[in-house]
Amino acid sequence: MSITVYIPRDSGALAVGAEAVADAVLAQAHSRGIEIDLVRNGSRGLYWLEPLVEVETPQGRVAYGPVAIDDVPALFEADFLHGGDHALCQGLTEAIPYLRAQQRLTFQRVGVTDPLSLDDYRDHDGYRGLARALEMSPADIVEAVTDSGLRGRGGAAFPTGIKWKTVLDAAGPTKYIVCNADEGDSGTFSDRMVMEGDPYLLIEGMTIAGLAVGAEQGYIYLRSEYPHAERTLEEAIIRAEAAGYLGDDIQGSGKRFHLEVRRAAGAYVCGEETALLESLEGKRGQVRAKPPLPAIQGLFNKPTVVNNVISLASVPAILDKGAAFYRDYGMGRSRGTLPIQLTGNIRRGGLIELGFGITLKELIYDYGGGTASGRPVKAVQVGGPLGAYIPADQLDTPLDYETFIAAQGTVGHGGIVVFDETTDMAHMAHHAMAFCAFESCGKCTPCRIGSTRGVELLERIMAERGQGSDPAQVELLRELCDTLVNGSLCALGGMTPFPVLSALEHFPADFGLVAETAHA
Amino acid sequence: MPSNSNALESDSSLIKTITEKHRHQPGALLPVLHEIQASFGFIPKDAVKQIAEGLNLSRAEVHGVISFYHDFRYTAGPQARVCMGEACQSMGSAALLDRAKALLGDGVEPVYCIGNCACAPNIEVDHVYHGRVSPEVLDALLKKREAAA
Ligand SMILES: Cc1cc2nc3c(=O)[nH]c(=O)nc-3n(C[C@H](O)[C@H](O)[C@H](O)COP(=O)(O)O)c2cc1C
Ligand code: SF4
Ligand code: FES
Repeated sequence: MSITVYIPRDSGALAVGAEAVADAVLAQAHSRGIEIDLVRNGSRGLYWLEPLVEVETPQGRVAYGPVAIDDVPALFEADFLHGGDHALCQGLTEAIPYLRAQQRLTFQRVGVTDPLSLDDYRDHDGYRGLARALEMSPADIVEAVTDSGLRGRGGAAFPTGIKWKTVLDAAGPTKYIVCNADEGDSGTFSDRMVMEGDPYLLIEGMTIAGLAVGAEQGYIYLRSEYPHAERTLEEAIIRAEAAGYLGDDIQGSGKRFHLEVRRAAGAYVCGEETALLESLEGKRGQVRAKPPLPAIQGLFNKPTVVNNVISLASVPAILDKGAAFYRDYGMGRSRGTLPIQLTGNIRRGGLIELGFGITLKELIYDYGGGTASGRPVKAVQVGGPLGAYIPADQLDTPLDYETFIAAQGTVGHGGIVVFDETTDMAHMAHHAMAFCAFESCGKCTPCRIGSTRGVELLERIMAERGQGSDPAQVELLRELCDTLVNGSLCALGGMTPFPVLSALEHFPADFGLVAETAHA
Repeated sequence: MPSNSNALESDSSLIKTITEKHRHQPGALLPVLHEIQASFGFIPKDAVKQIAEGLNLSRAEVHGVISFYHDFRYTAGPQARVCMGEACQSMGSAALLDRAKALLGDGVEPVYCIGNCACAPNIEVDHVYHGRVSPEVLDALLKKREAAA
C-alpha cells in the first residue's frame, strides 16, 4: 500500500520552496523504489514551519518542517514515511499546540484536504450547508445567517444577514452576488488561504447566498496578486459545474447559480465595495456616493450582495451546524470566529482561527513566541494599512469590534503586524500618508490633495526632528488629519489618520517631540 | 520595413480577436486589457483605438481605465517587485528595495502586499514569489536572472 504524503500547493508555501521539496520527495521515493501518494494540500497556516511536509500514519498525520530540499535525503534515512524521528519532526500535526488550541470552523478543511477533490470536500462535511439551504425558504436562510450574528469580515463588520435581507426584499428579477476577494490589506491572507486551500467552501457559500436572495449570477473579484488562487478557483468552478453544484439545475432543485472569476488590476481602493462594482463594470475604480446602497442598486444597478471571502465562507457551517452553534463563539456583539493573521516581525507567524476576545498579548507571545528578531515589540498594527498602531504596553486589548472602534482602531480583516523596537514610527506614519496618496481614487479633495500635503509635512517633520520638531508643523498635520476624517467619502481618506495619529500619540519621540507637546 | 508592418498587422489582429472574444461579457474592458497585457507584456498604444471601437467606448474611456489601474501600462512592466506592505517593512523590505534598485534600476517597483505576510519579507522576480528573503537571497536571485538573460 502506498504512503500518503502531503506537501502544500498554497502560494505562501510555494514562495518558501514547497515545489522544489515536493520534487525532491518524489525523486527520492522513486530512486528508493517506494510508492508514495503525494497530495498537494492547502496550508495548515503554520507558516513558520512551511514548507510543512506531512505523512499519514496509523496514529494520524505526522508533520515535518520547515523542510528544505537538502533535508529530504535525511528525512528518508530517518524513515519519515513511517513517522520516524528527525530534528524537523513536529509530532502529530493535530497536536501542535498552535493548531490544537484553535477553533477552526471556517478553516476546518484548509490544509487537511486536497483542495480540488470534491470527494474530499464532501467527506469532510462539505456541501451539507447547501443541502440544508435547498430545503429552506430564502427568508429562513437569511434568518439563520442573521441569528448567527455573523458580521462582515472584510472590514466594516456590517451584519451579513441584514445585508442579505435588504437584497432579498429588493424588487426585480436580476440580482448579483459579488465576492470581494481583493484582500488588499497588508498583513492579511486568510481569503487567499481559503481560495487556494478550500475553494468549494467559497463556492458553496456564494451558492447559498444566491439561493437566499434570489440571485443567479455571482462574481469573484480577485486581486491580480493571487494567480494561484485564480487557477484553483477556475478549476474548482469547472468541477463544481460538472457535478451539478453550479449551473442551471443545482442538485436537481431547478435553481440556477453561475459563477465567474474576474481579475482586479492592482488598485487598493477597488476593495471598497462601490469602487469594486465600478471596476467589475469595466470602469475606473472610483468610489460611488452612498446611498444608494449596493444592496439596492449595485452591480449594473441591480440589487447586489457584496461580501468578503471569509464572510461567505462562514455561511456553510452556519447552515450545517445551526446559527446557535456559530453564535456561541465570540464575545459581546462580535459573534463567531475570526481567522486572525499573525504577521510581520514574529517568530511563529500564521493563521489562527479563534472566537473573538483573545488579547493581542496572548496572540503575540503565546502563539507567536514574540518577535522574529528577538528584540522587544515596539508597536502592533491591527486591521490593515488603515489600522491604528498600538504600543507594546497596550496589548491587553481583546480582539473585538467594539473595543477597537472605541480605541479609534479597527479589527478590519483580522491582520496583525508586529514591529520591533528598531521601527521608526514617523517613517511608518509617512508610509501611511504616501500609501493614501498613491491609492487615492481622486474623488475627494482632502484625500487626493491632502494626502500629498501630509507626506510633505511628515517629510519636513522628519528632516527637522534631530533639532526638535516645530510644534506648528505637527499642529498642521493634526488639522490635515481632521480634514481627512471629516471630508472623505470612503475609509481610505477617512482612516489614514488612524495610523498617522496613533504613531504620533504613542511615539512622539520618533517625531522629534517631547511627550507633552504631542498631547497638547 | 515589411517584416515590421507584418508584425503590426498580426498585433492588430490579435487585439481584434481578444476584443471580439470578450465583447459580449458585461464589463468586458478589464478582461480585455488583462488578456492584451498578458500577450504583449504591456498595452500597445495603438490598441486603445481598436479596443474602444470593438467595445463601443470612447478612446478617452479606455485610456482613463488604463491609467487608473496600477497593473495596466503602456510600456513593459518591472522585472522585480519588492513588497513594501507593513509586514514586509517590519522585516526590512525597505533595504531590499534599495538593494534591488541598485542592481536593476528602473526594473524594480514596490508592491503593497502579495499575501504572504507571515513569511516576510517577500519579493517577486519574473512573476515568481519568494518569501523570507534575506539580502543574500535577493542578490542570488537577481544575479541568477542576470546570468540567464
Ligand atoms: C479602501 C477600502 C478597501 C477595502 N478593501 C477591502 C478588501 O480588500 N476586501 C474586503 O472584503 N473588503 C474591503 N473593504 C470593505 C468593503 O468596502 C466592504 O465593506 C466589504 O466588502 C463588505 O463585505 P463584508 O460585509 O462581508 O465584510 C475595503 C474598504 C475600503 C474603504
Ligand atoms: S477618500 Fe480617497 S479613495 Fe475614498 S472616495 Fe475619497 S478620494 Fe476616493
Ligand atoms: S505585507 Fe508583504 S506580503 Fe503582505
